[in-house]
Amino acid sequence: MVNTAFSLLRRGSLLASAEHQRSILEKPNGFPMFDERLKTSGLPPLTATSMKVLQINVGKLCNQTCRHCHVDASPDRREVMSRETAEICMRALAASDIPIVDITGGAPELNPSFRYLVEESKRLGRHVMDRCNLTVLNLASQRDLIEFLAAHEVEIVASLPYYQPHQTDAQRGEGVFESSIQALHKLNEAGYGKGGKLKLTLVYNPVGAFLPPRQASIEADFKRALKRQHDIDIDGVYTITNMPISRFLEFLLDSGNYDSYMHKIIGAYNPHAVESVMCRTMVSVGWDGTLYDCDYNQMLELPIEERAGRNIKDFTPERHQGRVIMTGRHCFGCTAGQGSSCGGETI
Amino acid sequence: MQTYYDPDDLAHFSDMKEGSPVLWEKYMAYYSAVFEEGALSEREKSLIALAVATAVQCPYCIDAYTQASLEKGSNLEQMTEAIHVANAIRGGASLMHGVQMKNRLAKVSM
Repeated sequence: MVNTAFSLLRRGSLLASAEHQRSILEKPNGFPMFDERLKTSGLPPLTATSMKVLQINVGKLCNQTCRHCHVDASPDRREVMSRETAEICMRALAASDIPIVDITGGAPELNPSFRYLVEESKRLGRHVMDRCNLTVLNLASQRDLIEFLAAHEVEIVASLPYYQPHQTDAQRGEGVFESSIQALHKLNEAGYGKGGKLKLTLVYNPVGAFLPPRQASIEADFKRALKRQHDIDIDGVYTITNMPISRFLEFLLDSGNYDSYMHKIIGAYNPHAVESVMCRTMVSVGWDGTLYDCDYNQMLELPIEERAGRNIKDFTPERHQGRVIMTGRHCFGCTAGQGSSCGGETI
Repeated sequence: MQTYYDPDDLAHFSDMKEGSPVLWEKYMAYYSAVFEEGALSEREKSLIALAVATAVQCPYCIDAYTQASLEKGSNLEQMTEAIHVANAIRGGASLMHGVQMKNRLAKVSM
């Protein structure tokens, strides 16, 4: 049994290397390449359109070590965005009209610059999303965090893979469900999840090698079960497909599910989902300021097209207009079935 | 080791088109229509399919509808209860046939 309590990096796993992950994904094994599949379905290569989201990944430090984490985040990781890089991100934001700032990690709230990013983004009049793991809200060091988030009307997009303890703890760690329920109660008390300005959306990830259900269907289940069993209100649920990278790739390989999962996401390729893949309308900033097409490409260290400028300090929205998006077989995760993105289903 | 059942055969289900494509197309059109959302939800239909799969003891269908039930949002408890329904009916059917035994017994006994 592999000890998954630490990050791949800390365990010295080969899968900690993005290059090794790419070599597995791109192995010539009969699976089509993503660009080939676009072509055979009559679609052109993916290009960026208008920029709607600046997604800032502030680092790999997290208070949890989830088994499916595509970031390989963990309490043992130390890569975090510096204040200087955070300030460059905000200068880039100020020079653009990007309406949404999506702050992710790791547990983004643990970065000392998190509150600066929120305050500055709000001062610039932008909508801010916090990708929250819920349990971070219960840490003693974060006692005033909910008050801060509410005061700045930050939208909370929080991970809870299922409305029952067994599945949640199997993916996210022992006791995570109970702690998440405590955090959801606190969020409700602060006014989150009540259909008003303080929006609370949960994220469903499959707890295993299968695709997510229809978003509307599972959202109804979550709302009913959380209300009945815990008297908790939420505004919605996003379903997100697990990408075959990092620790989820480790699970697929160790459990003998890799080939069948790749067959599944490739077989479920839906050309209608291509139009609205998130990489077309966003740019992703790494903890060190490097730019990527999305958070998954960031973890696979697939750099953005050179002409767009590869660091946030070189960022101008104009350079990203029409940029060609770097793809790999992991992209089939975003085009399977009803499509998948950081905002849930895409069609 | 050779066995009658091979999990890889599931991916070759459509090979049954060969030999009778017209009947295959008719069957697949019917099959797809059956599993569409209707008076029952897609999830309920998947759970019924899973229960029936255990009753008819089709390993391919059990694999396929375990996966399908998960992908419709079902959980272990719901899937297990569905199988208990199949089990209860199978067991009940045996017991109910016991009445035939009793009838026969009564007829031939003094």
